[in-house]
Amino acid sequence: MKESKFDRKIDDIGLKEGIAKLTPEKIQQTFQKFMDSEAGAKLRVYHETCVRCGMCSEACHFFVSHDGDPSYSPVGKVTQTMNVLINKKGRVDAEFVYKCAQIAYTECNLCRRCMHYCPLGIDTGYIMSMVRRFCHLLGVTPQYIQDTAHSHSATFNQMWVKDDEWPDALLWQEEEARDEFPNLRIPLDVVGADIMYSVIGPEPKFRTQLIYQAAAILHEAGVNWTMPSLPGWDNSDMAMYTGDFEMMGRLKRAHFECAQNLKVKKVVMGECGHAFRSVYDMGNRWCGWDNYPVEVVHSIEFFAYLLRTGMIKMKTKFPGPVTIHDPCNIIRGRGLMDELRFVAHEIAEEVIEMTPNREYNYCCCAGGGVINCGPPFKNVRVKGNKAKAIQLRGVKEKGVSTVISPCHNCHGGLEDIIHGYELGMDLKFLGDIIYEHMEKTKAVE
Amino acid sequence: MQDRSNWDWDPGKRVVLDTAKCSEGVQWMEELHVSPDGETAAAICCTDEAEFGICVNGDFGEDRYEKAICPTFTPEGKYVALVSQDMEWYVSVDRELWPEGYGFLWNIMVNGGGVAVAVQQDMQYGMCVNGETWENLYDNANNFTFGPDGKSVAAAVQVEPMGQAEIFKFQSGIFSVAVNGEPWKEQFVNVYTPVFSDDCASVACQVRRSLYDYTIAVDGKVWNKNYNCVWEPVFKPGTKDVFAPVRIAGKWGMAANGELQWENKWTQLWQPQFSKDGKNLWAIGATGFGKFTVVKNNAPWSVTFPVVTDLVLSHDGEKAAAIAKKSGDKYTLVVNGSAWAGDYDMIFPPVFSPDGTKVGCVAEKNGKYNILVNGKPCGESFDRAFTPAFSPDSAKVLVKGVSGTEYSRSVLDATGF
Ligand code: SF4
Ligand code: SF4
Ligand code: SF4
Repeated sequence: MKESKFDRKIDDIGLKEGIAKLTPEKIQQTFQKFMDSEAGAKLRVYHETCVRCGMCSEACHFFVSHDGDPSYSPVGKVTQTMNVLINKKGRVDAEFVYKCAQIAYTECNLCRRCMHYCPLGIDTGYIMSMVRRFCHLLGVTPQYIQDTAHSHSATFNQMWVKDDEWPDALLWQEEEARDEFPNLRIPLDVVGADIMYSVIGPEPKFRTQLIYQAAAILHEAGVNWTMPSLPGWDNSDMAMYTGDFEMMGRLKRAHFECAQNLKVKKVVMGECGHAFRSVYDMGNRWCGWDNYPVEVVHSIEFFAYLLRTGMIKMKTKFPGPVTIHDPCNIIRGRGLMDELRFVAHEIAEEVIEMTPNREYNYCCCAGGGVINCGPPFKNVRVKGNKAKAIQLRGVKEKGVSTVISPCHNCHGGLEDIIHGYELGMDLKFLGDIIYEHMEKTKAVE
Repeated sequence: MQDRSNWDWDPGKRVVLDTAKCSEGVQWMEELHVSPDGETAAAICCTDEAEFGICVNGDFGEDRYEKAICPTFTPEGKYVALVSQDMEWYVSVDRELWPEGYGFLWNIMVNGGGVAVAVQQDMQYGMCVNGETWENLYDNANNFTFGPDGKSVAAAVQVEPMGQAEIFKFQSGIFSVAVNGEPWKEQFVNVYTPVFSDDCASVACQVRRSLYDYTIAVDGKVWNKNYNCVWEPVFKPGTKDVFAPVRIAGKWGMAANGELQWENKWTQLWQPQFSKDGKNLWAIGATGFGKFTVVKNNAPWSVTFPVVTDLVLSHDGEKAAAIAKKSGDKYTLVVNGSAWAGDYDMIFPPVFSPDGTKVGCVAEKNGKYNILVNGKPCGESFDRAFTPAFSPDSAKVLVKGVSGTEYSRSVLDATGF
């Protein structure tokens, strides 16, 4: 069998035009340089350590959702990509690079669930991210996620939001919110505020109500907060997922310099999973910081704090049972599972858990940049998460029709699953419920 | 720069404003800003529903706006803000509006006695300097900079339109640099941090020539080497030589005109800064992972910290101070390689006395703000304090702060520190 044979190839202009420019020499030289200067040692250790026991297979929602097709198992994905590259020392053809890119960018969410089931602790998510890095170095990336990385590079946000559109969106939301809270401010560029609130690009573009809600919660809680008016406000990072680590570092530098210039003590992030991975794990470290240079608090932790201290009080709880989808990046990656449950129980009358849950939860199948690869891969993505649909149907049968998840990408992925499998469920951010059900002592009657 | 010899340096405390004069009868008063000499205190206030005024030393004047944002004082003591009226945005300088209204304004910059601002008009982008708008506006503009002559400006501009997700068009290079509105003929994938030479005759910036190749361009001409990454360039004063941190094989060094000057041994190297005489090149660097420090002419200070920011040089460029964040989210100031004693919840950017013997800054601990001079508290604690200033003879320090509703300026003896 030729290494490039791939019977589920999907047409993508980024991948197609990307491989058209490749020569065998370029592929081989790029791989050699990549192994020598970037990731060789760790990848070789993983390559030599894996005993092909297959215990990771059942851990992956792609494998489970594709009825146990071994080519979707974690070890299967590595076998088809990185192992071939290592064994052949990069002497592969351009079609093989296409296959690598499709598998790494669209058939793995880098969710790291499989690592928990590997007796040797092999991190397949990491290996797949290195396959992506190699594809990025060759210029072979899916069109839509690459466009997002371009947006990051040109505007420092992922949605091509121009410099003026950002403060304009904040002023608009401030004005809207003032009808409800007459003295509400979205304070811009307040040097020395306690907290800088940061969001991801889609909020000013498509989901401005989330900015309104956050402003309402922060105002009601009496927090001393600010938002930057200049680029660096977006904490998201699709460059991390295309494998453009240089751009990832540039974005994180801009984001943290925003906070450093404002002399805030903390950055509170909106409800996003991957951005958290970028600020606390990957982007910060590329810059040379061994931790985040300004403390970063995810909304889950922040809401837990506001509820525990009584700064926010719930007037009513969300009626009816809800379930929790645990976002990988903040639960498996950061350990906020108990805080998430604390908040969920504080704000909802009843919480019915899916199984498995917490760090063993199945990914939404959108994360790791997969949803950002856009329409060509949508059907496959939805198919690739039958496992989640089964989980959701399980709680639906127990009367749950609302899913809470504090992650934008999870919302995107779950929305498609709910629709695709006709589950008829609603999705909520924590902030949606808090805003709707909190005591609003500062609002007009 | 305001001539400090004209400031009131008579010792003692003077209450300049009872902020109740601004906050009384208004819906809210925003943050107080004070002029460098401490004589003027101003704040934007919401005077009524959807109505804003600017209160200067207790006086609101007559003008009201639909919104007012981004207030700042220039070094000369002018109060600048962006205000909107009838759905258009104007620049307000000492409550006088520049004549032209815009779709949106942001990013006020002050330098050399001038004021510049980023503008959007009919979804086209550019800049307005001292009331004059660029003739050419662009599909997009960002990375704005303002030269030391107070007149010259530059920005990264998008010179070709691009449709949705046209990734190959983007990679062909649709960005350039516009200097005073005129674009360079060279185009790049990305352009970052343009900067002027001290005579404002040249501009240097970071450019990305392909997804993988970064370098520095000076007046449109690129260095003859590409790098895996570069950071902000800086001109050597009095010359056209350009220096910039460059990343080679995963480590950072400093290059000049495309030739490596500092070996690539740094884990991080950014914010290069020359002394005014061009003798010393300073930067923030990291000697290892999580080991940040200050670097002078390629030699690091002996102390390292998890985070170092706000590098400030003495007037002669021989000494430097920087804010360091220690473990446990505590801050200190490091001056010439020695950290001040004590931990603070926040340290604000430092200033040197003209003779370079003293460093002052605002420090916050448990919600109280103090002025520190050479590491020791100077004068009273405040609810909020502003950057201190030293007298021309370096013997006195001007301390500005708010306690309760009282904003005061005090001139204190600075010789005992
Ligand atoms: S569980 Fe670990 S060792 Fe076993 S096949 Fe998977 S990656 Fe290899
Ligand atoms: S999607 Fe998750 S579980 Fe599956 S291979 Fe990737 S990291 Fe492992
Ligand atoms: S989108 Fe959500 S569930 Fe999916 S990988 Fe990201 S954090 Fe995990």
